[in-house]
Amino acid sequence: MRGDAGFPVRLRFAKRGKVRFVSHRDVARAFERAFRIEQLPLAFTHGFSPRPKVSFGLALSLGYESDAEYLDVELGEPVAVESLPERLSAALPDGLAVTAVAALADRAPSLQESITSIEYRLALTGLGPQPLGVAVDRAWASTELPVTTTRKGKRVVEDVRPSISRLHVLGEELRAFDRPGEIDLPEINLPEVNLEVATKPRGVRPAEVITVLRELAGAEEPVGEDRVLRTCQWIERDGVRLEPLIADRRSPTPSGAGARALEVCA
Amino acid sequence: MSTLWPRIEPLLARVEKPARYIGMEQGSVAPEHRPDQVSWLLVYPDTYEIGLPNQGLQILYEILNERDDAVAERAYAPWVDLEAQLRGHELPLFSVDTHRAAGAFDVLGFNLSAELVYTNLLNCLDLAGVPIRSADRPAGAPLVVTGGHFTFNPEPLADFVDAFVIGDGEEVVGEISEVVGAWKRSGRGSREAVLHDLATIPGVYVPSMYEVDYDGPFIREVRPRHPDVPARVDKRTVADLADWPYPKHQLVPLVEVVHDRLNVEIFRGCTRGCRFCQAGMITRPVRERPEEQVRTMVREGLRRTGYDEVALTSLSSADFSGIDRVVADLVNSQEGTGCVSLSLPSLRVDAFTVGIASEIQKVRRTGLTFAPEAGTWRMRQVINKLITEEDLYAAVDGAYSQGWRRVKLYFLIGLPTEMDDDTLGIAQLARNVVEIGRRYTKGASCTASVGGFVPKPHTPFQWFGQNGIDELRRKVGLVRDALRKSGAQVRWHDPEATFAEGIASRGDRRVGRVIERVWRDGGTFQEWSERFDLGRWLDAMAAEGLDADWYVTRHRTEDEVLPWDHIAAGLHRDFLWQDWKAALAEHGLPDCRWTPCYDCGVCTDYALEHVVASPVAPAGGSQGTGQDLSRGHEVPVELVRARA
Repeated sequence: MRGDAGFPVRLRFAKRGKVRFVSHRDVARAFERAFRIEQLPLAFTHGFSPRPKVSFGLALSLGYESDAEYLDVELGEPVAVESLPERLSAALPDGLAVTAVAALADRAPSLQESITSIEYRLALTGLGPQPLGVAVDRAWASTELPVTTTRKGKRVVEDVRPSISRLHVLGEELRAFDRPGEIDLPEINLPEVNLEVATKPRGVRPAEVITVLRELAGAEEPVGEDRVLRTCQWIERDGVRLEPLIADRRSPTPSGAGARALEVCA
Repeated sequence: MSTLWPRIEPLLARVEKPARYIGMEQGSVAPEHRPDQVSWLLVYPDTYEIGLPNQGLQILYEILNERDDAVAERAYAPWVDLEAQLRGHELPLFSVDTHRAAGAFDVLGFNLSAELVYTNLLNCLDLAGVPIRSADRPAGAPLVVTGGHFTFNPEPLADFVDAFVIGDGEEVVGEISEVVGAWKRSGRGSREAVLHDLATIPGVYVPSMYEVDYDGPFIREVRPRHPDVPARVDKRTVADLADWPYPKHQLVPLVEVVHDRLNVEIFRGCTRGCRFCQAGMITRPVRERPEEQVRTMVREGLRRTGYDEVALTSLSSADFSGIDRVVADLVNSQEGTGCVSLSLPSLRVDAFTVGIASEIQKVRRTGLTFAPEAGTWRMRQVINKLITEEDLYAAVDGAYSQGWRRVKLYFLIGLPTEMDDDTLGIAQLARNVVEIGRRYTKGASCTASVGGFVPKPHTPFQWFGQNGIDELRRKVGLVRDALRKSGAQVRWHDPEATFAEGIASRGDRRVGRVIERVWRDGGTFQEWSERFDLGRWLDAMAAEGLDADWYVTRHRTEDEVLPWDHIAAGLHRDFLWQDWKAALAEHGLPDCRWTPCYDCGVCTDYALEHVVASPVAPAGGSQGTGQDLSRGHEVPVELVRARA
């Protein structure tokens, strides 16, 4: 049970640049090493094969970047949470950076069950602003968007439209991928789409939306690498949308850049 | 800045495990390349997961980057999916550190650790845009240098490699950098001249400086083409490991790799004298790292890397003087970072070793591995791995009684003088092990892993004709049938792959053309069973007019010139021949670390000595103080005669 052995905290971290090619599982291992390098003992599960008490939120597909990844860990003893972003970021590989931390309330529900929606920026290659805008408008206006997928070895057609709660082309000034110093490729300057998907009734992968948009635009093949950036994750509770660091925090004021996240994502 | 990253990056979204190609390991560097420096690309010609942990490569990477006159980066063989993408986009092999083209380096330094990666070396050269044959390389092309245990028979790769480093590389890479630096400063004049200069560095073998004369299928002589090029190239040996506490900054990869843990080399060399073991023969004498340095490297390595596992690496690690004390101290002195586990990858078979294992594996006691190597005492006398059955059973009893549930046993089949009784002895041992295990737990399991023996150069078995494919298959079948419904499982290495290894293991220069054909036919990653096809190798042998059996299954005679006779590991040929005769007579040979010198040649010729802290053998067991060197039965057959 969360909190019964130690001191639970929730971290927000970014995954940018080359490390986007590192798998979810390997990111978890990098975090475990970072905690050990910083001599921040983790609480362990009991039993034959003790494991550190670490739980990640919804997995990010390989190759996607993120400014809003979350990780719940249970530390063996209380620490000054405001020191964690700097200490852990120093011990993590380049491109992985802890941006904010909050001490977590005991018995807080897990990220997996709490997150209700996720926002992404999509940068599609080989599609100019004009056809992209048309495709986005048509997708948004449609009442259903069937995609073909594989479940338990069977091909099934499913509607992704009910889970899409926001879809629009961004103005140039809001683009995420051409901010200098944050990504490796300065020449990327593609039109970007803001996408928000609910985790229910069905989780939607950005790749599925990209496929839909390409079909609607009549341009099926990417020219280079389509880029995806996860920008926010939200927990909606009693009609209020909360940033995950705020939602289940132990203290009323989150530390670090937690509060600012609300402005950035809103 | 000549990075290919912007062109490689979009390809990575289309390949498996793209993190293998991004570098960024903790401990890695992104060096600036100055024109007055010699740039090395250290290439491990297999996948990143297998190549990254290689300690030899990591040691040289650090030593070179510490030098003012050199820089080093790393590359690994791209998997077939990325290779197709690179070729499709006309992109070359690249370094993972700064994504620089391989062809832009001054030296391509390959690490060779198995016969079946030879074709990958050719593929990496081709991907680098470097002509695969040394003779075809223009003056300014990178120099292709190779190190690793497999350079002790360099001949199969003689047409492709400009220079081989024989033995320990720590010192010689600096000497090579100086020669190449001078060549570079002089405007890269004659390639012949720089190769000639390299050939005069002790421990460096430049095959193009030697002529091979043949007498029919046999070699008559290998002679140097210049008076100042040595007729015999002697290996290099680092006399004292204490001077080389490398790697100081072990690389921590972002992707999970094999041996994904802190690795600290506790000694180099082994004089157990197992006659099948090339590593033990070519790395003599034993050089232990000082105990205090081991502790420091473990402590600092764990703190820096964040690993929760450390392996103390060497051949037969339990032979390190005072290993029990070192292990107990490491286990008891963990500094507040949670559970750190310790492993000894190479365990001896006795109760003493199990005692150490129980010290280090307080939790998660799942499996223990032992390598008795042969099924009968007679056979173990032949190979000089003098483990008594009592010791094995005591070790196994200790393991199961202390909570381990799975025991894995490694065996070789196709050893010299092996009779079916010896092969069946493997099954009998495994049965007995299961029976011991069931006294403690119903779920006790035992896996017998059998591999076909490939005779290796510079060992007493270098004259022995390897078992053919059918014979190895038959022996696998014997073990398998004998273990049906026994509770023990059998795993085996593909006899066809063993045969191909045999072609390369003791091949000569003519085998190079076979390797080239296999590569041209698409035969890369040959040690991956799903990509291996013996047909390619046999077709290539036939196309070159070479008889595979002549290379693989033929017994060699005492007077035959072996393709590697001009390469010296320090072992006198007389000693090896005597030891071969002793093997056939089922005579054991003691470990010279703790008993008087029998003059194998290494220490006396190279003015070296064992660096061993304890003057006595470790306690207990037939491999410790209780070694039994008694003579076995008379030899039934004389296997080898001098050629008439």
